[in-house]
Amino acid sequence: MQPIVSIQSLSKVYDSGYQALCAVDLDIFEGEILALLGPNGAGKTTLISIICGIVSGSTGSVRVAGHDIVSEYRITRDLIGLVPQELTLGAFDTVWNTVNFSRGLFGKKPDVAYLEQLLKDLSLWDKRDSELRELSGGMKRRVLIAKALSHEPRILFLDEPTAGVDVELRQDMWKMVHRLNDSGVTIILTTHYIEEAEEIADRVGIINQGQLLLVDDKKNLMQKLGKKQLLIELRHSIGQIPPELAQYELETSADGAHLIYTYDTQGERTGITALLQDLHNAGLAMKDLKSSQTSLEEIFVSLVRAQ
Amino acid sequence: MINYQAIRVIYKYEMLRAWKTLLQTIASPVISTSLYFVVFGAAIGSRIEQIEGVSYGVFIVPGLVMLSLLTQSIANASFAIFFPKFTGTIYEVMSAPISFFEIVVGYVGAAASKSLILGIIILLTANLFVDLNIAHPFIMTLFLVLTCISFALFGFIIGLWATNFEKLQLIPLLVITPLVFLGGSFYSVSMLPPVWQTVTLFNPVLYLISGFRWSFFEVADVSVGISLAIIGLFLLACLALVWWMFKTGYRLRN
Ligand SMILES: Nc1ncnc2c1ncn2[C@@H]1O[C@H](COP(=O)(O)OP(=O)(O)O)[C@@H](O)[C@H]1O
Ligand SMILES: [Mg+2]
Repeated sequence: MQPIVSIQSLSKVYDSGYQALCAVDLDIFEGEILALLGPNGAGKTTLISIICGIVSGSTGSVRVAGHDIVSEYRITRDLIGLVPQELTLGAFDTVWNTVNFSRGLFGKKPDVAYLEQLLKDLSLWDKRDSELRELSGGMKRRVLIAKALSHEPRILFLDEPTAGVDVELRQDMWKMVHRLNDSGVTIILTTHYIEEAEEIADRVGIINQGQLLLVDDKKNLMQKLGKKQLLIELRHSIGQIPPELAQYELETSADGAHLIYTYDTQGERTGITALLQDLHNAGLAMKDLKSSQTSLEEIFVSLVRAQ
Repeated sequence: MINYQAIRVIYKYEMLRAWKTLLQTIASPVISTSLYFVVFGAAIGSRIEQIEGVSYGVFIVPGLVMLSLLTQSIANASFAIFFPKFTGTIYEVMSAPISFFEIVVGYVGAAASKSLILGIIILLTANLFVDLNIAHPFIMTLFLVLTCISFALFGFIIGLWATNFEKLQLIPLLVITPLVFLGGSFYSVSMLPPVWQTVTLFNPVLYLISGFRWSFFEVADVSVGISLAIIGLFLLACLALVWWMFKTGYRLRN
């Protein structure tokens, strides 16, 4: 499948001399939800800004729907909507005027019905005549989303969409993201909250210090890098682990009623069968078994440390 | 391919902003023009003889119009682009499928329109105080329009260049205002000592005011053709500079 956004060895050195991106390669596919995960200063906003045309790249290239973002910017920018990280809005414009302005900037004819529906979907319709400075932070975020969607883009960038956002808006936002995604819009969001990436994305890219460390399906990523833990509940508590089980490097819970076995999902054998056999041989009776996967958080921490 | 919708919305919302502060937009030039007339025209002017056959109160009208036109064109356009840069809302313009051409036509067009309206208001106000006869209405309009556009462009460049409010004020304050006052707004260059007459010829604003004044009274310090050529050159130079700024992403994309 041809990617809808194709980034090739993209680097950015700011005028200050700071290298914000180092040879990033990334393909984004139509219809997916991609989360770019990385700490503050990793280069997420820089990457998005280059694709959207706000910042120029130093070397490398970006193609959107097969078109170069520099020489064919009219085609590529038309396809893209951006919700910026900061609440950058004029003060004295009204909500209605600012979304009409956005739509016009992108070369689209006025469409009252579409914009009305858009504002209703974002619970902004009642506020259409309010001036932007009168709105709360959450409402401003909604306006920024409305502006980004005003020209019906095929690709939507959300730069840290949930920073400083309340629970209600967060849930509304995820609903909207899924609804847009169902209608075929490709979504790229950045975050430094791992739960967020885990919750919403199909694929996750991990970026740190200007380098894209890896990109993979969320499931693969966790399988590839994740460790699983097997929690064994014992019928009777034990004081210490019998020596014949030493090779499994088990941990015990404080009350001695649980054993925790950590294994690599990539390993050829998990060692579970042997462990259960040895438990039986050691005379320990099990009550229950439970397995759990490492969170993205742990994956992320281990990756960034390894760098 | 031109993104007409973008030009339309930039122009429309820039004009709308002026509309909201309509009172200020109209009242301040009317008041300041009236003040100039009271001070220069009536108080001082009554003691000054006619200049080249024109009474002093009438003689200063073109200079007054130019003074406001220049400062307001620059202020309007520089602010129009500096403010979105300052607040960050410029991101939207940068990410839209528009070229420098559409951005300039939208912002500079609106700024020039505003100062053109201002120029007309000042002329109408002046007409309340003195009897104005315009000898060459077409040439006068041409000067009016060219001045509004070229100085709005110049203001746009200042707005792109400025990284803070001080820089935004710097050039209008230190360069434009002195050039306008020394460019013969309120006097004829022929009234100066010969040495200063020569020095003044290096002031580009002189050519503007002189040509503009000629369109009213057929009285000029330099020939009208030269005046038009100078303003045309200035316009081209500003256009080239803006084009270069957008091409290199100057202070916008780096
Ligand atoms: N205009 C700029 N000039 C110089 N350095 C910048 C500029 N913008 C961002 N940076 C630097 O580039 C790095 C990456 O920034 P950014 O892309 O905003 O990261 P993120 O969005 O992941 O937090 C940061 O160290 C930041 O200080
Ligand atoms: Mg950021």
